[in-house]
Amino acid sequence: MSKFLKIAASLAMLGGSAHAETFGLGREALPEEIAAWDVAVRPDGTGLPEGSGDVWTGEEIFVEQCAVCHGDFAEGLDNWPKLAGGEDTLDHADPVKTIGSYWPYLSTTWDYVNRSMPYGNAQTLEPDEVYAIVAYILYSNYLVEDDFVLSNETFSGVEMPNADGFFVDDRPETEYPKWTGEPCMENCKENVEVTMRAMVLDVTPAGEGGEAAASDTAAPADEVSAEPAEEAEVEVAAIDPELIAAGEKVFKKCKACHQVGDGAKNRVGPILNGIVGHPAGQVEGFKYSGALSGMADDGLIWDEDNLSAFLADPRGFMKGTKMSFAGLRKDDDLDAVIAYLSDFAE
Amino acid sequence: MSTKTERTEEAMTRGPSRRNFLRGAAAGTALIAGGAARAATPDPLITEVQPWASGFGDPVDAHPYGLPIRFEDDVIRRNVEWLTADTISSINFTPIHALDGTITPQGCAFERHHSGAIELSKQDYRLMINGLVDKPLVFTYADLERFPRENHVYFCECAANTGMEWAGAQLNGAQFTHGMIHNMEYTGVTLRTILEEAGLDAAGDLTDKWVFVEGADASSNGRSIPMEKALDDCLIAFKANGEALRKEHGYPVRLVVPGWEGNMWVKWIRRIEVMDGPVESREETSKYTDTMADGTSRKWTWAMDAKSVVTSPSPQAPITHGKGPLVISGLAWSGRGAITRVDVSKDGGKTWQTARLAQPGEKMALTRFYLDTDWNGEEMLLQSRAMDDTGYIQPTKTQLREVRGLNSIYHNNGIQTWWVRPTGEAENVEVS
Repeated sequence: MSKFLKIAASLAMLGGSAHAETFGLGREALPEEIAAWDVAVRPDGTGLPEGSGDVWTGEEIFVEQCAVCHGDFAEGLDNWPKLAGGEDTLDHADPVKTIGSYWPYLSTTWDYVNRSMPYGNAQTLEPDEVYAIVAYILYSNYLVEDDFVLSNETFSGVEMPNADGFFVDDRPETEYPKWTGEPCMENCKENVEVTMRAMVLDVTPAGEGGEAAASDTAAPADEVSAEPAEEAEVEVAAIDPELIAAGEKVFKKCKACHQVGDGAKNRVGPILNGIVGHPAGQVEGFKYSGALSGMADDGLIWDEDNLSAFLADPRGFMKGTKMSFAGLRKDDDLDAVIAYLSDFAE
Repeated sequence: MSTKTERTEEAMTRGPSRRNFLRGAAAGTALIAGGAARAATPDPLITEVQPWASGFGDPVDAHPYGLPIRFEDDVIRRNVEWLTADTISSINFTPIHALDGTITPQGCAFERHHSGAIELSKQDYRLMINGLVDKPLVFTYADLERFPRENHVYFCECAANTGMEWAGAQLNGAQFTHGMIHNMEYTGVTLRTILEEAGLDAAGDLTDKWVFVEGADASSNGRSIPMEKALDDCLIAFKANGEALRKEHGYPVRLVVPGWEGNMWVKWIRRIEVMDGPVESREETSKYTDTMADGTSRKWTWAMDAKSVVTSPSPQAPITHGKGPLVISGLAWSGRGAITRVDVSKDGGKTWQTARLAQPGEKMALTRFYLDTDWNGEEMLLQSRAMDDTGYIQPTKTQLREVRGLNSIYHNNGIQTWWVRPTGEAENVEVS
């Protein structure tokens, strides 16, 4: 009873009614369910699973899973986030905020990689892989040596450079009193000059319809049911199932931007159903780069040779492509991913 | 919509609509020629029987769920491509320059995703509450509909709204400078009801407790909210403007955190955990923290301070009617209370006039203001300045920069200036 009163007092203090009515709705969450979803890691390391990973293992995984966007050295490609560098820039004109220069807690990196990465293939990493990736990111920021092993045990020994760089919102003290009272209505200033003008003019896109949202629900049913017979006749028997399976793994690198299979949609990159042997630049509703459109106009066909050459070195094969992918280094990977893609008819 | 319906509709409208177009074009020319206060020739739109006054319009069911008429097809969300690396983790902007009133239609309300807008059905939806509660629970969507419901209108503003303008006037249009905002009527269950259903005895003293909320999408966006706010006015919402939430706004269930930055309004909310401290997740440390000139950063800057903008005239909504009666209109809002007053200046802040509020300000909701005026055809430096019921006055951008410097990214609520030219065109500028 006394416990109840204590809660009642707290609730009242928080400005609400003390009476907590319950409705008997919902069911008790099972421990396995809580374990599956409750993966949050706190600044003191609470929530970290047992495990470990070293810098070099981390580099391998990073190059495979993360470098497409973040660069081999976590330096960030194009507009994708930089994860390393930027130390001593926070008070500069354009601060470079990275894990090393800005993030106050190591737990945040672990938690974020674990729950949200790799982009387009999230929540697939094993704890040891997350430890390894985070170890590599720390190494890329010169925060640990190359023989470092990050684990639930060594976690608390890592110091984040900007740990003391934050303070709790002080607007109530520093701003609100300053900007309160009776505002000026007449003769508020002597002169008014235009000091700055919009530097980026005409940013409004030309009048295209907002079709993306509406067409999502309308199209697929018709398209799928329209041509079932023809698809069945496409010969797929010749392709080695093991090679296709290997290709599916390689395709994880592509998944952040490309979809294949039933219900695939254009994402950052176009749908790849039926791409092998198909003329380039033909996927409906996808905006290709000028480079690709140009080569498509010249009759580029995505046969195995061209696809192989493109995937091995996208920018070399097609100067100006917007596909921000470094390229597949191994011939085996190229063969496998092309086998995998040829398994998806248009 | 079935194919059959579409064909029928097409057959019924094709003939007349083509004729409409030709006649309309001819009539338009005549109007431009005789568009002064006194018509030189009779207006054929009046003197001739028009197709729509003679033939049929669409039957019922032509559009079982209707979209705006085609003449309004430029009133859409737009993004700025160079802002983000791709459109999966990105943002677009509400066309506030073309809307009136206060309620934002869902179909053009801005979107912000971290890993794309997912498709999650009511059947597949689960909400878990765990942590320092008496009994961890799992709810289905159907369970949520059995708790007592509330209706409230709230604005949702991204903390980065106007964030591109810290270093100076950059984007040319109210949609782009101020369009990371929408305002809807939400129906839902209070977060307090859900917390009490699980029981808070186990949490002990509630004053130092937190609630961590996270989404079901691949980004699993998670934010920590102090218990005081969680028990005060947060909603577990499943309807907006009377209908189900749109996919892009978190269907079937999102969190509503009135007056606080949009990132906390977790979409597809799947888990609520009562904790004895904040998680310090990526979105509350590396992002949504405000860096000052000296390189230190404010954290937990949740509340959206009072702010306003003239939506018309503005760069995307120029004056096209010449001098004479002009309606200057805009929006004002405060995350810390209700708007009590909006002043408008036509001369860059030398003198101000108090605008008319269309309705009395509501707490943490958009307020529409009007200044009904007579334009003399001369240039204007149009500004608006909001005040809320805490007594706070919207500051100038210069005042903000004096406190925060140029690198804050978030929470730019400074006074906006549109330079309206004698031609009626307007440009985003800053003034001394």
